[in-house]
Amino acid sequence: MSAEADISITEQTDKPKKATHVTPPEPFMEKLIRMPVVLPLLTFVLILVVWEAGTRLFAVPSYILPAPSRIMGGFEVVSLSRWIEHVWSTLRVALMGFLLAIIISLPIAVGLAKSRFLSRSLYPLLVVIQSVPVVAVAPIIIVVLGTDDAPRVVITFMITFFPLVVSMTTGLMATPPELIELSRSLRAPVWREISQIRLPYATPYIFSGLKISITLSVIGAVVAEFVAAEKGIGYFIQFSTSMFKLPQAWAGLVVLLVMSLVLFQAVSLTQKILFPWSLPKERK
Amino acid sequence: MTQDAIRFSDAGQTFRTDSGPLTALSGVDLSIARHEFVAVLGPSGCGKSTLLRMTAGLIKPTEGTVSVFGLPVTEPRDDIGIVFQQATLLPWANVEDNVVFPARHKRGRVSQKDREHARAIIATCGLAGFEKRLPGELSGGMQQRVGIARALFLNPDILLMDEPFSALDALTRDAMGFELLRLWQASPKTVLFITHSIPEAVILADRVVVMSERPGRVIANLKVPLSRPRNESSLRSSEMQDFMGHLRGLLIKEKVA
Ligand SMILES: Nc1ncnc2c1ncn2[C@@H]1O[C@H](COP(=O)(O)OP(=O)(O)OP(=O)(O)O)[C@@H](O)[C@H]1O
Ligand SMILES: [Mg+2]
Repeated sequence: MSAEADISITEQTDKPKKATHVTPPEPFMEKLIRMPVVLPLLTFVLILVVWEAGTRLFAVPSYILPAPSRIMGGFEVVSLSRWIEHVWSTLRVALMGFLLAIIISLPIAVGLAKSRFLSRSLYPLLVVIQSVPVVAVAPIIIVVLGTDDAPRVVITFMITFFPLVVSMTTGLMATPPELIELSRSLRAPVWREISQIRLPYATPYIFSGLKISITLSVIGAVVAEFVAAEKGIGYFIQFSTSMFKLPQAWAGLVVLLVMSLVLFQAVSLTQKILFPWSLPKERK
Repeated sequence: MTQDAIRFSDAGQTFRTDSGPLTALSGVDLSIARHEFVAVLGPSGCGKSTLLRMTAGLIKPTEGTVSVFGLPVTEPRDDIGIVFQQATLLPWANVEDNVVFPARHKRGRVSQKDREHARAIIATCGLAGFEKRLPGELSGGMQQRVGIARALFLNPDILLMDEPFSALDALTRDAMGFELLRLWQASPKTVLFITHSIPEAVILADRVVVMSERPGRVIANLKVPLSRPRNESSLRSSEMQDFMGHLRGLLIKEKVA
């Protein structure tokens, strides 16, 4: 796909259109509320306030539900460099598992999309593999592969790769049949049909798969850490919980949440910047 | 020059489907002279697109032969361009990149000469100034112009068109028809044009071929009694009205039978 330099850069032609569109100036408050981040942010702050007030009012013990202020306190228990170590450990495993899933699911998806035989023989097998509860297999994988990154990456891969295979295959088969006929009428090699037609056409599908998989990859890394690790956010949460340091565990949860959101946004942004044409029209 | 551009000899096509064999075409005999414009009319599902695919070398006839310039078609040829019902452009590529796509796809690279050639074709197709636009920014008619420009890129001798204007509104459709005639007269080609519209077939073609219900055969092969150049009022004469009425009769009989 990288050979198609011209697919990535597109002119933004909607600017002049906007300029000709004269709308009366909006009141400041209305403008603020229409901004996409403002409303969810307000809701979030409101929830925090209710949460804080509720836990104080009813004196909820912190091991049941710590107040947001206690959770903030949980951050300070651990030094910043320790946090960074934990985050990096989890992030590294999540990203490696995610990359491995992309690298492995691409050829599988091409095979499934191009060959009837493969889609009949391999696909049911993939469904079976997908149906195996990874959490249950994780201890076995750790025993087989040892305790360094490798088993954790494999566990992450197992959780992330199936949605990728499905979305890639669906995307590769979504190409209009006329374009495939055009390709055949030009007697082009099959790999060019894949790289110049099928893959770019699959881009929107691939990205919806990537968005699901990137959040799953964080889950995968955490599951692996639950089973065996001496570092990482998942390990930190489990360790804190076993010590009844709940605010600290909640702080770990917040870090995980932020990590997932940032990774998700990174994937979305990649699509927006490199493949703007692949977004649904109104969200461009 | 007396050699036929396209010739179907007793050509037929039977598909193997999950519910048994399906004969789409059977015993088709038809020849099309070089630079002739032939329109094909026929009920839905009678095998018109199949006829076109066999000519393009995308599928082999299961009976008889299809030859192009005297040679049986065994694989796609460079001298045949195809225009589909939907323009099916690459949505990520601008107009120029869509038109040079055959070069990029066939040879893997695009030369400066290819680009110049593409721009010239874009201009003849009435798209000058739109080279850098994305397909999504163009109207349906403009998109189909790009589709035609792409089919013309390799300078084909034969242009196969499968209901190219049927997705367009009536006015655009008429305009595109005359535009196509202009292109065809400026640079003569053999055209096999599939359509469901009798007036469109008559105003464009030298000859109209009517096909039967599936399995499709040629049931009428009529020269259009109309001189060129043609225009909007060409179809008003009673002679033309009678001719179109006759075609309608043939098609309706097919539908009822
Ligand atoms: N690859 C295929 N496999 C099986 N059946 C096919 C295949 N292609 C076409 N057919 C069948 O052959 C018949 C003729 O199809 P074709 O598309 O040529 O018809 P058509 O005349 O172009 O129809 P329309 O006017 O709707 O475009 C149809 O019944 C269709 O279902
Ligand atoms: Mg058809």
